[in-house]
Amino acid sequence: MGKKKLMKGNEALAEAMIRAGCDAYFGYPITPQSEVIEYLSREATNRTGMVVLQAESEVAAINMIYGSAACGRRVMTTSSSPGISLMQEGLSYIAAAELPCLVANINRGGPGLGTIQPSQGDYFQATKGGGHGDYHLIVLAPSSVQEMVDYTLLGFELSEKYRCPTMLLADGAIGQMMEKVELYDQMPRKTEFPDWATTGKPKNSDRRIITSLFIQPEKMEQINLGLQRKYREIEKNEVRFQTINTDDAEYIFTGFGLGARICTKAMESGRAKGYKIGVIRPQTLYPFPVDIYSELSKKVKGILDVEMNAGQMVDDVRLAVKGNTRVEFYGRMGGIIPTPDEILENFEKIFLK
Amino acid sequence: MTQEAIFSGFGGQGVLTMGMLLGYAGIIEDKEVTWMPSYGPEMRGGTANCITIISDTYISSPIISTFDTVMALNQPSVDKFEEKVKKGGNIIYDSTNILTVPTRKDINIYAVPGSETAVRLKNSKVLNMIMLGSFLKVNPIVKIETIWKALEQVLPERYHNLIPLNQEAFNTGMELIAK
Amino acid sequence: MADEDKDFLFSDICVEENLVYRKPGTLTETELHYCPGCGHGVAHKLLMEVVDEMGIQNETIGVAPVGCSVFAYHYLNVDMQEAAHGRACAVATGVKRVQPDKYVFTYQGDGDLAAIGTAETIHAANRGENFLIVFINNGVYGMTSGQMAPTTLPGMITTTSPFGSDTKTQGHPLKISNLVASLPGVAYVTRQSVHKPANVRKAKKAFQKAFEYQKKGLGTCLVEIVSSCPSNWKLTPLESNKFLEDKMIPYYPLGDLKVPEGK
Repeated sequence: MGKKKLMKGNEALAEAMIRAGCDAYFGYPITPQSEVIEYLSREATNRTGMVVLQAESEVAAINMIYGSAACGRRVMTTSSSPGISLMQEGLSYIAAAELPCLVANINRGGPGLGTIQPSQGDYFQATKGGGHGDYHLIVLAPSSVQEMVDYTLLGFELSEKYRCPTMLLADGAIGQMMEKVELYDQMPRKTEFPDWATTGKPKNSDRRIITSLFIQPEKMEQINLGLQRKYREIEKNEVRFQTINTDDAEYIFTGFGLGARICTKAMESGRAKGYKIGVIRPQTLYPFPVDIYSELSKKVKGILDVEMNAGQMVDDVRLAVKGNTRVEFYGRMGGIIPTPDEILENFEKIFLK
Repeated sequence: MTQEAIFSGFGGQGVLTMGMLLGYAGIIEDKEVTWMPSYGPEMRGGTANCITIISDTYISSPIISTFDTVMALNQPSVDKFEEKVKKGGNIIYDSTNILTVPTRKDINIYAVPGSETAVRLKNSKVLNMIMLGSFLKVNPIVKIETIWKALEQVLPERYHNLIPLNQEAFNTGMELIAK
Repeated sequence: MADEDKDFLFSDICVEENLVYRKPGTLTETELHYCPGCGHGVAHKLLMEVVDEMGIQNETIGVAPVGCSVFAYHYLNVDMQEAAHGRACAVATGVKRVQPDKYVFTYQGDGDLAAIGTAETIHAANRGENFLIVFINNGVYGMTSGQMAPTTLPGMITTTSPFGSDTKTQGHPLKISNLVASLPGVAYVTRQSVHKPANVRKAKKAFQKAFEYQKKGLGTCLVEIVSSCPSNWKLTPLESNKFLEDKMIPYYPLGDLKVPEGK
């Protein structure tokens, strides 16, 4: 491990990508994440020979990802909300063709052109599929610059293990802020590629075909069942979450990414006032940590879910809790970040008055 | 020890750099650091700010409601953030630029004629270093030498000839608090 | 015909000394699904004969489109990727950039390449991506059964121009190969047909040149095949050939639009 550095979230992400032995990045600039392609354009090719290409659009970028991922390479793209919407077609094809790749969404406020300020409004899009058809991305939610680094490597590994496109769902604030990070050492780029990769037909075996087209409904249903089996496997093996002060908690604050850290600060202030509050922070949004909510819902008086949107993850919390306890929501939209005091005030108003 | 501060002013006054330099110094002393900028078009002339937190322990949130210290380089920043200073906390402001001054009785108020001093030093660009000197005098959260080390890291080598000027500005800023 | 008669005929005629033509190993045994009189089958065969003759089957990756040739990977016996509609040139960019030593081609129709995929086509060509774009232009949407294409001729009747395509409201036929030829990163653009033996030979020559230029790293090559679609033109294969000669080729004249310097 290298020494600790102060780095911006977007630049740490780019550096982590290079060090993870990434083979290719295809992207299109969009605020608030253009630092990623700028950093890569300066640093990547000279250091590792990695391909860095500014595509003509997000539509083209995600299809370049499709092409290079299908050659068995470790590949990544990044964008922000409007650009991620343009990538949904490609992501559906990538999910169906079972290609590994990593996509980071540095979420900004929407809908529409919206604002360049931070938001978590793309939770539904990220966790419920996003494009057409029954599929999922594995979704990781970094809450710090350090996790931007760690989840980049984890994201590559999970996507390759399950041949499932993986998304880092961060927000503009995490992309723009600076924090202390520890980077892993440079990893070598791959020299051997999986059997399914289209690297040229082997002399003594069949050609490889990467496709998502299965005209026969019976065949297409089998493809879907295969995907669903994979998702059940991912749900069984890959749930990640963090709990803070839940042992004696009477109330739970929950949120993801930056929202979870603000909740933690609000929890600290609440504890100082004598409220027994704990925090649940999902680190994987898909698969969602259903069991921890279900377990704690039997012990607590209520859960306050805080998000930078109109209330999206709260649906999954409610499904997990199955009515065992009261689940309330507080959120801000349009690029506004709720403050810890605001959260605590609303907690008092909702649960204690 | 934890210092939760916000640096706020017009884009171009160097408020983001001020917080960033403090952040780099914090890392050199192996402290925990978060630096959260406002970003976007306001960087080009509007009001910009950055929340900078330096701590000996884990920092839960980079977003906070109230501040130990508010550094205000323009009027909108005083108007917006005076009420966000914690009881017993500090507001340091550029008295050359600000007409409606802070009035709270439960906080420490430091009027620093930063812009005027910068003109006297014949370089308006050192305003942020003057004010950072004042900040460090009020909040000795990192050692002065560490700021110089941070400056060496942040400034590209070709600008290292400017370090003495920045040091002079910084020291002047410290003295402005001493008076 | 009884089975034993058939067996008799095959064993009698299909013997090595009578062999005048063998399907190259670069084509699979799968029967083509294309309609009688369609140009796809000939274009597939020519492309794959060139791959076979150059001995590059194990170094070639193809990208299939959405359109009639969506199932091209059933027939072309090389590693293949199926792209989203219009995105073949972006997909091929991804393939070629991570494997610059491999041979890469896309195989696209007029809707895929010249309507929904115009941006991907033009920008890949403008970057001079070092791969071959095979463009089959039959002036109509074949797979979705006969709607208007960006290459549909003025006055031509299709299911979405039932009164004849009107340039005032429906635009002019797009000569995308001419657009591509105007870009500096492009090495070679040619327009051919496969409706007569002489044209078939010329088209094969064009594929050969394109792969050779790719080997030399000269930049993007585009081979347009002006082709016929009897099913959606509502003509017999013979009538289609006549329509091709009388109407299509005058608007889309055959020949080289751009050749590498010094060639």
